Amino acid sequence: MEYVISVLLSGISVGGQYALIAIGYTLVYGILRLINFAHGDVFMVAGLMGIYFTATMPYSVSIPLVIIITVVLGFVIERAAYKPLRNAPRMSVMISAIGVSYLLQNTATYITGGQPMTYPVIPFLAGTVNVAGTHTKWVVIITPFLVLALVVALNQLINHTKIGMAMRAVSKDFETSRLMGIKINSVISATFIIGSGLAAVGSVLFFTNYPAITPTAGAMPGLKAFVAAVFGGIGSIPGAVIGAFLIGICETIIKGLPSSWDVSVFSDAFTFALLIVILVFKPQGLFGEAATDKV
Amino acid sequence: MGNALHLENVTMQFGGVVSVNNLSLDVPEHKIIALIGPNGAGKTTAFNCITGVYQPTNGLIEFMGRPMVRNHPTGKGLKNYKGENKDMYAHDAPLSPTPDQITGLGIARTFQNIRLWKSMTVFDNVLIAKHQHARQNVFTATFRGNAAEEKRMRDETMELLVEQGLESFKDEPAVSLPYGLQRRLEIARALATSPTLLLLDEPAAGMNPQETNELSDFVRQIRDKYELTVFLIEHHMDLVMNISDYIYVIDFGSEIARGIPKEIQNNQRVIEAYLGVTEE
Amino acid sequence: MKKKEKSFRIFIGISILLLFVILLENLSGFIPGLPQIFQPTSPLFTVLKKAAVYSLVAVSMNLLNGFTGLFSLGQAGFMLLGAYTYAILMVPTQMKEQVYYLFGGCAFDFSLLSACEGIFGTGGFGGAAAMILSCLIALLLAGCVSGFFAYLIGIPVLRLKSDYLAIATLGFAEILRAIFQWQKLGRITNGANMIKGFPTFSSFNITNSSGGTVLRLSTFVPFLISALCILVIMLLINSSYGRAFKAIRDDEVAAEAMGINLFRHKMMSFVISSFFAGIGGGLFAMYVANAQAKAFTSVMTYEILLIVVIGGIGSVSGSVLATFLYVACSEWWLRFLDSELYIGAVKVPLLRNGFRMVVFSVVIMVIVLFFSQGIMGDQELNLGALLKKIRVKKERKE
Repeated sequence: MEYVISVLLSGISVGGQYALIAIGYTLVYGILRLINFAHGDVFMVAGLMGIYFTATMPYSVSIPLVIIITVVLGFVIERAAYKPLRNAPRMSVMISAIGVSYLLQNTATYITGGQPMTYPVIPFLAGTVNVAGTHTKWVVIITPFLVLALVVALNQLINHTKIGMAMRAVSKDFETSRLMGIKINSVISATFIIGSGLAAVGSVLFFTNYPAITPTAGAMPGLKAFVAAVFGGIGSIPGAVIGAFLIGICETIIKGLPSSWDVSVFSDAFTFALLIVILVFKPQGLFGEAATDKV
Repeated sequence: MGNALHLENVTMQFGGVVSVNNLSLDVPEHKIIALIGPNGAGKTTAFNCITGVYQPTNGLIEFMGRPMVRNHPTGKGLKNYKGENKDMYAHDAPLSPTPDQITGLGIARTFQNIRLWKSMTVFDNVLIAKHQHARQNVFTATFRGNAAEEKRMRDETMELLVEQGLESFKDEPAVSLPYGLQRRLEIARALATSPTLLLLDEPAAGMNPQETNELSDFVRQIRDKYELTVFLIEHHMDLVMNISDYIYVIDFGSEIARGIPKEIQNNQRVIEAYLGVTEE
Repeated sequence: MKKKEKSFRIFIGISILLLFVILLENLSGFIPGLPQIFQPTSPLFTVLKKAAVYSLVAVSMNLLNGFTGLFSLGQAGFMLLGAYTYAILMVPTQMKEQVYYLFGGCAFDFSLLSACEGIFGTGGFGGAAAMILSCLIALLLAGCVSGFFAYLIGIPVLRLKSDYLAIATLGFAEILRAIFQWQKLGRITNGANMIKGFPTFSSFNITNSSGGTVLRLSTFVPFLISALCILVIMLLINSSYGRAFKAIRDDEVAAEAMGINLFRHKMMSFVISSFFAGIGGGLFAMYVANAQAKAFTSVMTYEILLIVVIGGIGSVSGSVLATFLYVACSEWWLRFLDSELYIGAVKVPLLRNGFRMVVFSVVIMVIVLFFSQGIMGDQELNLGALLKKIRVKKERKE
């Protein structure tokens, strides 16, 4: 029983961390129709910055700084690598995203020397707490609440502010919004800023629970978060969050199965199997809208 | 002579919007029939139902006397269905061939907003349309076991290009042609699929008066030469009145008039649909 | 007439290239005392071998992404299938116990190599025949296994739109990688460990009875196989089916309306591309002398995709050129960036392990952003026309 609770708890917390990344994917896809392959690597870079900054600065300075610089990074990537290709075929933009991902990973390898880096023990988050008879880290408890709070805030932003309204308009119809005088580029930048900020928060939570960061550490959580976004219906924030929680829980359950079955290698593969099942049977995801093409 | 194409109670509904409503019409063999109507009347949607791009929500389409497309609303679609005759085809299994199967039966089309393969040459644009009926498979084609067949395809393509007056452009990319010639190339490409029924979606759009005049002679010519039936959508009234044997008029998806050109010209409902009704 | 002349020229060109490769790799054997670069251990030959293998994979990816317009990211997965098929079939029976020692032997007792040796003998010409025949059959089977899996995977995923197709094929590659690392299948796949002991490129070097090398063929073999495969792909691209693929790429709706069955043709392109990726995977296993699932990650697919982009999406010769440039840069010419360098007493800044890849990825980004046509765009390299141009220029000067 205790084992079940601890698996569930960590599943929910991993899911929450995926959710923070998935929101970035779903927002960007909703607006640019682009799978931002570099998003997972932005998440990894945020993790690395966490290591370097906390080594020299107090947490109260370093963690906000990580978030700010990650946001700047997301903004710069969009301006440098995606904006010049606004009128190019979608395949080119996706290739550019893969290029950015490649660049971020290689730069990280260069800076860290390719060695796995240990994430600092952030006093409050890494402290242990006793829940229903199992010892667990505070971060596991905090994550779902923090995620919910951020999602509610984001929802308010999207539904009740001017920039939120612009974002909704652009995701419905890119061209018409442009004709209606919405500044497309600032909306897109805002999307990347929000996405990167959430990924930075996610990185603090995720890597506190994780032994080490390698330059490729962002790729897999990134892809999983994308699957979560597709699962929930790409473009839908609640969908992405629910998808992420589900994937997080399933993954920890698979990892927690008896080791004699030796199925833990499938914890990543499972996510992709889920993706393919979803794409084949319900391509618009749980909460997505079906689109029809005009001939 | 029979009907090349026969539409019966065809309804196409997208969500809550009925684009084509209970449309029935006949296109007799070797005739030139026009479908006209104001913008957004559902003409192209009707074409898309005939060519398999959409599956109609309800109704039957027969080609050469045989049922080709058939459907009836079911489940959630039935609950939201706004058209008529919803039970009429419920006892028959739905038929929904893909566009390429329909082309294989002998229906070819052109597009309202020209859809050529832009990066390819004029010659290749026509040659590719011959692919479907060529006797070859991927092995014989790769290892050049189909030399005779390939030569036949190339010769026939050249013939079509000469006939269209496009032979001097044959190695140009399709996108570099002037607009009027792009329309001609689309017709040549459609003819290359060896059709018996040719659907032309606004063939005169974007053409100048002289080109338009030539077009009506040209359509008659190809009809006679290839023993075709022609079904066309057009806005250009001079052309329609000049060329058509019979005209169907639709507005908001439903038929509002049918008749020979003279009857349509004087039909009050048609004039209202095009010019609007003056309210008292 | 003109066409025959052209294919004859291509044939001559490829033969000259292959002869040149044989000559190059045997130069050091004929003339002693040549500089290090001509020795068999020189990076030149590593680059040539790897590029020969990669160019086949890049061309096969271009067939799918560049000529059919299907954005697939499953190439590494199909290479994995090919590599494992080749490896499992070609480990000699007597080696199996040793290779699979962690799992107490192999569940799959058959070895194609040993079977062929059983027919032709192990030594001399019989041995050579056995090896060549078994190797060719194994590579063909590697392609077939890959193609078969592509068919199965294609049924659900080829109906998806561009970016979903990309992520779904990437997902399938990851699933395959997980399955091949699964310890429960260890008696076939050797779990997460590598399979080795099968014939590699250097097994094709001809030796005399005392073990000395008479004629090196270890670079020639990958060139020959890749050239043949690429030739077949080019024939396909220039056939009626290749034209149909391009029609699908340019405008799916028009292609379908002109009678091209979308699903059938996409499947054809997908299976054929995977078939050659499978052969490429088998060659890759020969190149690295082992087969291990963890080598075939999505990074490998990205690398091949970037090669295709650099060469020009829709150009076979571009892909081949780009592969050689890419491999030469990453394995050889830019190596100096990875080692610390002192000029006098001053250390050149930035240079240390990993810097090469940073520079490299910046270059790639510049190409993607500012030269999106790549080296060749969608044109093919035409040596005849190139020579003519040079000749005209010369004449003008005179």
